[in-house]
Parts: sequence; structure tokens; C-alpha cells
Amino acid sequence: MDSDLSPQDKKDLDKFIKFFALKTVQVIVQARLGEKICTRSSSSPTGSDWFNLAIKDIPEVTHEAKKALAGQLPGIGRSMCVEISLKTSEGDSMELETWCLEMNEKCDKDIKVSYTVYNRLSVLLKSLLAITRVTPAYKLSRKQGHDYVILYRIYFGEVQLNGLGEGFQTVRVGVVGTPVGTVTLSCAYRTNLAFMSNRQFERSAPIMGIIVDHFVDPPCGVQRPANVGHPCNYRAPDEDDGGLFAGVQDSQEVCTTSFSTSPPSQCVCTLSPSPSKLSKPLPLDSLQLPVAPGFVTHTLYTSRLNYHPPALAGAADLSHPAANPNQVLHAGKEGGVVLVPAHPHAADAHLTAEHPPNTPGSSGDDDGMSQSGEGRSVSPSDPVESLNAFTRKIGAFVNKPTTQMTAANLDLPFAAFAPRGLDSEENDPMVQPPDSPACPSPLQASLHSQGSESSGQQDDFVMVDFRPAFSKDDLLPMDLGTFYREFQNPPQLASLSLHISSQSMADDLDSLPEKLALYEKNIDEFDAFVDMLQ
Amino acid sequence: MNCRSEVLEVTVEARQVEEAMLALLHTILLHRSTGKFHYKKEGTYSIGTVGTMDIDCDFIDFSFVRVSSEELDRVIRRAVSEFKDALGNSGSDGMGQISLEFYQKKKSRWPFSDECIPWEVWSIKVNVVNLANEQERQICREKVGEKLGEKVINVVEVINRHEYLPKMPTQSEVDNVFDTSLKDVQPYLYKITYQITDSLGTSVSTTMRRLIKDTLAL
Repeated sequence: MDSDLSPQDKKDLDKFIKFFALKTVQVIVQARLGEKICTRSSSSPTGSDWFNLAIKDIPEVTHEAKKALAGQLPGIGRSMCVEISLKTSEGDSMELETWCLEMNEKCDKDIKVSYTVYNRLSVLLKSLLAITRVTPAYKLSRKQGHDYVILYRIYFGEVQLNGLGEGFQTVRVGVVGTPVGTVTLSCAYRTNLAFMSNRQFERSAPIMGIIVDHFVDPPCGVQRPANVGHPCNYRAPDEDDGGLFAGVQDSQEVCTTSFSTSPPSQCVCTLSPSPSKLSKPLPLDSLQLPVAPGFVTHTLYTSRLNYHPPALAGAADLSHPAANPNQVLHAGKEGGVVLVPAHPHAADAHLTAEHPPNTPGSSGDDDGMSQSGEGRSVSPSDPVESLNAFTRKIGAFVNKPTTQMTAANLDLPFAAFAPRGLDSEENDPMVQPPDSPACPSPLQASLHSQGSESSGQQDDFVMVDFRPAFSKDDLLPMDLGTFYREFQNPPQLASLSLHISSQSMADDLDSLPEKLALYEKNIDEFDAFVDMLQ
Repeated sequence: MNCRSEVLEVTVEARQVEEAMLALLHTILLHRSTGKFHYKKEGTYSIGTVGTMDIDCDFIDFSFVRVSSEELDRVIRRAVSEFKDALGNSGSDGMGQISLEFYQKKKSRWPFSDECIPWEVWSIKVNVVNLANEQERQICREKVGEKLGEKVINVVEVINRHEYLPKMPTQSEVDNVFDTSLKDVQPYLYKITYQITDSLGTSVSTTMRRLIKDTLAL
């Protein structure tokens, strides 16, 4: 008995296996597209429906499969593998499953190629259709879109299952014996999907973190193609862009909140991005400050003062823009931007006393604005208007009926700070900034100039009633709000004030020779001390 | 020859019975259907193409693939619906079994009627439970989905053993092996029957409805 295949049978068998491999890839990739597949039955046979199954051929997939096969056929030791992985919009990726089409040495010599093998391959393809809907990756692929996409990769050679994590499961789809070997189709799928959420959590912590993608290690011995994975969908990449865009917006918002220690710069930041951001209360809600940073604010300002000594000289002159009421944007505690005029209120003795120390920041702002805008009065541009409009809304967030917000009710402190229109407040007593040495922080200066590019300057300001959250009525002599107001403007730290520090520096330098002489005199003592330690 | 018999067991909620049965029966029939045969001269034939479609279940976290044939789907749905009603009417316990039997017809001489010789029988035992609250139902949704997945893997495993299948018939014999009544696909001859067991576990109710898909009417 002739144990060798007839040439025709061999040719047929090779063709069957080749097209089986191509159809296998199509079925797997199409099952991960995220859409329901539907093909029609046809009673009259068409020449292109291999294995009597209506499986569409996506050209790119066929191309990739042919490229991976490179003219070879799955054989012993040469498996065709389709790797399905998931990639999040942040760039994390994770292998979900690997489908393997393998050939082993077990031959079935007696089987009829053109009939039995063909039909059995057809049944195996149907089994593949069924099993691809059962593995966990199917559900994931149906939900792909904004957050993640499913990618596929075809490779030929040794099976790599390292990326599937611990405890991966294997399901055998089926086997078909042929005269040259047994075709086996199986799937190894990851079960540990929780790992992904942990990784995402790690990655999202650093704001501008560099993504170290060590999941995509090339397995040793296999040359990975340059294009690692192909998306299992054919939608326009708008989803990705949307996802990326959202990411960028997030980082913008994060950047915004990272300025929370310096309220004016924070507000300027929100002016420069698109006005649409301003219309949303949400980003500015993130500017909410607790009480403490109020102190940090000023420390930050004053520390920055050290870096711009030249500005100090000019700052003093510009610190009294009497005719130029500038606004100091000061974050309030109500979860929004509270625009506080940069001058003490005559009606409130507390505030008058407090504001002079406040001037480093406020004057700094003035200076910053002046520097950038030369004290010109610029009509507010749209972002600023919308900001002010929003600020007026802040007043509405106040826990009081609207009637009490009118200036008529003078029993309340800061009643004069009730929201008013956007008219210029020329004679507002709060406009006058007290005098003090001040210079703008470089941060502010740069940001203000940024702001002025897009928004210009604002002469007017809107006063909002300063009501700290969760505080009771202003009936007690010392409530939270008063406490805050009293202590929000501490005096400058001596060590941080410029001239004192420079003075001490000079003193230090002068005293150095004396100190050195003293140490030289006592050198024996020092030596004895060192010996003692040894 | 011996008839191959496989038993699958599932525990479902009442509203999941229909979809669970459809999922399993269609999965089996997908593997046991071919395209329409077109016989040509000289004893050769060509086979039509079988299309497939994805079906999502509403009450179970599961999707399955069935043959794209509305006629076949209608027949299966009718059978499953009857089974479901019978289960519902039987009592609170709700245990039953639906069987899908593939058989061959063997022509006998007159006056004997044709013999139906089964070569593969799939029995799906169903256990209906009642759940108290929505949370349990949600868990049940997912669990039944997983279980059905396991059953599909079982079915595929059995089928891929490539054990006995009827020989491909000649044109004159095709109706003894295949159900040729459908326009677009050609499953092997099959019949669906069901049994309802009461709480005592015995098939007291002897309502054995036969839905015979072969040419019953002689």
C-alpha cells in the first residue's frame, strides 16, 4: 500500500491547510472586532467559500497572515499564532489570549484528504466560531472603544505564552488528523485580568510620568515584527483621539490644580485655556483650597521675591496704582474663585490691618499686571468675562437667599462685597493697595503675560461675599470666617525678606575672616576632639 | 452501531430557560448542519454555504453563534417555547430535560414503517430556580453565562472527537440522512423531545411531545 500521498492529494492537503490557517485568523480577528458578525447562508455554492462556511475575508488581516506565514505552512515546530491583546488609551497593554494552530507528528494515513479532512476542517472552523465567543476576551472586545482597544498580532514559529500571566487557561478547540500530521487548534487565555487594573493605578499616579512599557518585552528567540499589534477594529481613529484628548485635558486640569498654592496664578491659568473650560464649574471647583494654603500662598510669593531683585525697585513705584484698581484673584474657600479687591475695606478695621501684609502678593499681582500691561485699562475679553460671569455665579453658590446678597443689608460683614455688576469700581475703597516692598514672582509674571495675551487686563472686579464653608452665622465674635480673614495675611518672615537676607549674607561674608582666625587658634582643641572620636 | 449519548446539565432561572436552550441547541446544530447539497451528474455533489450569526442573550451574560437560517431558528424556538411552557406549568420545582436526537432513517419494506436509528443524542437537563432579589439575579446572569460557556466547550470537545457520522448519501438516500426541508441549510435529520419531571424525580407526566422534523407523514 502506498503510504505516500498522491501528488494531487498532497497538493490539496497543502491548500486546505493554508486556507484553513487564513480562515482561522479571519475568524479570530473578526470575533474581536467588537461587533456582531452576520453572514448569509447560500444554497448555491460560490467558489470562494472555503470549507462551506461564509467567512468574510478582511484584506488587511489576510495580508498580515500571509506576511507572517511567508509562504510556509504550519508544521511540526512551526505554529501559527494569533495573539490578542488589549491596549488602554493611556498606552498600557496586556496580552489576553493566544490562539495556536499547530501540527504534530501523529499521522492518519488512511484518511481521505479531499473529503474527510475537508469536512473535519470545516467542523473545526465552526467550533472555532463557537469558542471565540466563550473566552473572556470576547466580552472585553465587545466593550472596546474609548477606554481601550483590542489588538491582534500574527506570528509564526514557537508559541509564546509568557505574556498571559499566571494561571492562564487553555481550551482545545479541536484536532483533525491528516496523512502528514494532526492539526491542533487551541487557545490559551489569561485569567488574571485584575492585574491590569493594578497597573493602571500605578501608571496614573505620576502626572507627567514616563510610561515604561515593560509588558511588551520581545520574547527571546522570536523576532517580533516592527508593528507590534494591529487594532481589531476598523473605525476611524477618532476614538483614540478622543481618548487622548481627554487625557490631555486631564493633564491640563491637573496642571491647573497643581497651582493651587498660588491662587492668582491659578486663576490666570484658567484664563488661558479655552473658554469652554471656564464655563464648566468643575475645573474651577478643583481650585478649592483649604484654609492652610492661604499661608502657603504668601510664603510662595515671598520666596519667589528673592529671584527678582531688579523688579523690587520698580515695584515700589507701581504699588500704588490709585487710579488703577487692579484685581487680585484670590481663591476662596467656597470651592471657586473669589475675586477680592486688592485693597483694604474702609468699613472693616480687621481687613485694613490685614491687607498691608497681604500686599506682597497683591501688589505683586498688580505689578505683574502692570508690568505686562503697563497699567492700561483693557476691556475684558471673552474668557475674563466668562470668568467674571462665573464668579458671579459663585456668589449664587453662597448659602444665603439672594436678598441678603444685596448691599442694602449692612448688618453682615462684607455686605459691600455683595456681587455687583461689571462696572468699573473707581471709587471703591478697596481699590487702594497699601504700600510695601513687593515684586512679582516670576511665576506670576510669566503667567500674567500669558493671561494678558489672551485675555488682556481687567480694571473691574467683582466682589463676592466671603463666606467660608461650613461656618455658622456671623453672630459670634470670632467665627471661622473672621479667623481666616485675620490670619490669612501674616507678616512676612524676616528671613525671607530680601534686604534682610542680603544683609545677613553680607554680614556673613564680613565675619568670615574673624571666624577663620578663631578656628585656627583653637585648632588643637579640634584635633583632640577628632582623635577622641577615632 | 452504538448511539452516542451526551448529557449536559444547567441550572437557570425561569426567564433564562429559553435563551439557555437556544444557545446550546443552536451550538450543536451549527456543527451538525452543512450547506445544501446539489447533486450533479456522475454522483458528485456540491455543497452550499452556511452563514453564521452572533446572538446576544438578554437574560444571560452570554453570546453564541448560530446558523443563519430563519427557518431553522423558528423551528428550534417553537420547540424550546413548548418546553419552557411545560416547565412552567409543571409546578414550582421546574425540572425537565430537552433532548436533541440525530438519527438516520432506514427504509424498510412495506408494511413496516421506516426505522429511525439514532446515532447521537444530546440531553440537556434543566433545573429551574427562583431567586429572591435583584443582586442574586445579577450574579445568576453571570454565572449562567460562564456555565453555558463551559457547556459549549463540552459540546465542541465531543464533536471534535470525530466519532461516527453517517456516510455521505447518494442523491436517493439523502433524505434518510439529512433534513432537506429547509431552503438554505441542511442539518442532519433530528428530532427534539422533552420530558418534565416533577418534584419526586420521576417522569410522572407522560407528556412526551414529539416534534418530528423528518417526514412523519407517510
